[in-house]
Amino acid sequence: MSDHHPLTEAIIRGRRKDVPTLVSQCLEAGESAQSIVEHRLVPGMAVVGERFKKNEIFVPEMLIAARAMKEALKILEPDLVAAGVKPEFTAVIGTVEGDLHDIGKNLVAMMWKGANMEVIDLGVNVSPAKFAAAVQEHRPNLVGLSALLTTTMPAMRDTVQAIRDAGVPVKIVIGGAPVTHTFAEEIGADGYAPDAASAVDCALALLKQGASS
Amino acid sequence: MTSTAPALRFNRLAIEDPRALIFGRAPHPLTTRDGLVIGGGTVYPEINFTLPSMGVNAATLPQVCDQYRQIIKGVLRRAAELEAPGVVVEFETLPPMTEHPAWGLEIVRILLDGMVAERDKSGLRSVLRLTPNDNREFERPPLMRRGRYWEAMLELFDSGAAAGAELLSIESVGGKELHDEALVNGDLAGSLFALCILGVRDMRFLWTHLHDIAEKHGVNCAGDTACGFGNTAMVLAEQRMIPRVFAAVVRAVTAVRSLVAYECGAVGPGKDCGYENPILKAITGFPMAMEGKTAACAHLSPMGNLAAACCDTWSNESVQNIKLLGGMAPTCFMEQLVYDCRLMNRAASEGPPAAETLQRWLVESDASLDPQAYIISPAASIELARAIVGADSHYHAGVAAARRAIDLLSSASAAGALRIADNEAGWLEQMADTLDELPQDEDTFIEEQLALADPEKFLPAEYEL
Ligand code: B1M
Repeated sequence: MSDHHPLTEAIIRGRRKDVPTLVSQCLEAGESAQSIVEHRLVPGMAVVGERFKKNEIFVPEMLIAARAMKEALKILEPDLVAAGVKPEFTAVIGTVEGDLHDIGKNLVAMMWKGANMEVIDLGVNVSPAKFAAAVQEHRPNLVGLSALLTTTMPAMRDTVQAIRDAGVPVKIVIGGAPVTHTFAEEIGADGYAPDAASAVDCALALLKQGASS
Repeated sequence: MTSTAPALRFNRLAIEDPRALIFGRAPHPLTTRDGLVIGGGTVYPEINFTLPSMGVNAATLPQVCDQYRQIIKGVLRRAAELEAPGVVVEFETLPPMTEHPAWGLEIVRILLDGMVAERDKSGLRSVLRLTPNDNREFERPPLMRRGRYWEAMLELFDSGAAAGAELLSIESVGGKELHDEALVNGDLAGSLFALCILGVRDMRFLWTHLHDIAEKHGVNCAGDTACGFGNTAMVLAEQRMIPRVFAAVVRAVTAVRSLVAYECGAVGPGKDCGYENPILKAITGFPMAMEGKTAACAHLSPMGNLAAACCDTWSNESVQNIKLLGGMAPTCFMEQLVYDCRLMNRAASEGPPAAETLQRWLVESDASLDPQAYIISPAASIELARAIVGADSHYHAGVAAARRAIDLLSSASAAGALRIADNEAGWLEQMADTLDELPQDEDTFIEEQLALADPEKFLPAEYEL
């Protein structure tokens, strides 16, 4: 027997079809939409993330859970909007200019969403100017840059510069096969994560420190 | 909508005996202008290299060219010192070098000049494989049959072949716009659609054009690779993102897509990162490049030894031009390749029993430890090849390859010949169920998949759909 709330359990097991009924039951019991997100959904995704980190499950299973969570959020969205509740953090993410590799970046985006961040994905081959414009438009707390080619690492440097020049206080995390912690320091990024799971820890640690400019 | 898929061109195997699916020997060897006979009894090193962290643009082009000058001189000198029997040099371009074909061509010339210089100095024979980038997906959704990326890519093939690049290859991406999603979702039906419907159609279109270019210049279409499909799966499995059994089954299916290059006139050596190449060698009899432990500089893999079992050229996939203690990295990797080739060639020189013993050791040292290694062992490759040539269409060939792969993995695991992780065992059954539910009729399958596909990701018309 699991000690999780049935809705949390449904998220963990990816039982999307059960979600609407369980969400309705929570609402009928007087729980607020925000509380459902914080106490039922996010803990479910946290368990899934933990299992994934321990190599007990794979991405497809994690995606099934993520879809179940999305289903719940869809139902709760009107209440959340009415109550002015937004995810605590917003992130902008993309693969830098000249680079089309996006699987790693997509996984990071998925993990960040699972940690209840609003994630704006700019896609691949994103120019420094486009990153800077997105930062000005969305005022995120976090920007994630991914690069897989040695020849697009310079574009990462240019992007960090363009974001800093935009003057919005934001934390920048970088990652991708050729990138290192030292490189992150060299180009003035705030953090480096070697994989998608640690990208969540890295982001949350930086965000807790507060935004720098 | 009706499918226009013609039948497979190959309907029987060129190699039926796993022992004959062996390094250095292919039923249809390829002789180069310089006299290398690839697949004729000798395994040649195939060296690959790439730039260190630096931009590629008009301003940096002189430094970029210097890098390639230095690389080619260093690698060929070492090959000559170690008395390599010959060398295949692969120039896998970086995206700006295909986007601006003149830049790519300049480097082709630098490499060819370096090869001539070393031949004049030491007699070292060599051949250049040119692998432009498939930049078509810079447009999202990709334009597969027109547009500036398509034009520029063909221009580099054409000018490179005219300049003397004798082997033409590419890591083409047709179908990948849906396949990435299929991989992370563990969606075998989606993978089959991307590989055997979209991929096959794109390959046919692309390789028909490449064949015309090769004919015009008297060079050879060497082969393609399902890198963006099978190797993406492999890297994802290596990172524990997707089950290894799923990656292994996808690998089997990739052979159907890569086969189309040979149906359109390619003659090998197949491209190094196509780990599906053993299956293709069994079907076509053409020589194949392979990479394994020597490619750890580029990506990790679970078949470092086994991949050499039937190679005709032995490659390092790609290494940055950076300084290691032994020398510049490409030179160090050339040395490793030459020694690996020496060992295989030495074994072959003692006759079939010695060669077969080495082949068996290469296979047995990896096969039982990982389903992805097991599935491309000579015996499994021939089984998969047989399933493919027995099918009447590429769609059915993909389904047959997947089914045979699942059977092979299940029975090997049951017999204790293959280790499959506990959290992966259920996936075999799940994949078998997916195959059982697929429609027999290709048009129905296409309709079903089109209904599921994200219309923002790909343009059906680019695939005649
Ligand atoms: C924001 O914060 C963060 C934090 C963490 C972050 C992060 C951001 N981003 C990533 N992470 C981290 O978390 C992720 C999850 O754990 C991880 O992400 P990864 O992306 O590392 O891992 C993914 C989950 C799985 N890994 C991958 O998807 C990449 C695997 C390898 C094999 C690879 C693949 C699959 C592909 N490729 Co490409 N490819 C290679 C790769 C080899 C390697 N060693 O990486 C590499 C990177 N490619 C290379 C090359 C050369 C190329 N590729 C190209 C194309 C492709 C495919 C399309 C075929 C395919 C991409 C599929 C896709 N949609 O992304 C071409 C370039 C295209 C372009 N313009 O970008 C082309 C130029 C090949 C060609 N002939 O055209 C090589 C780079 C050489 C160099 N000079 O740097 C390469 C090392 C392989 C090789 N040949 O050696 C971490 O890095």
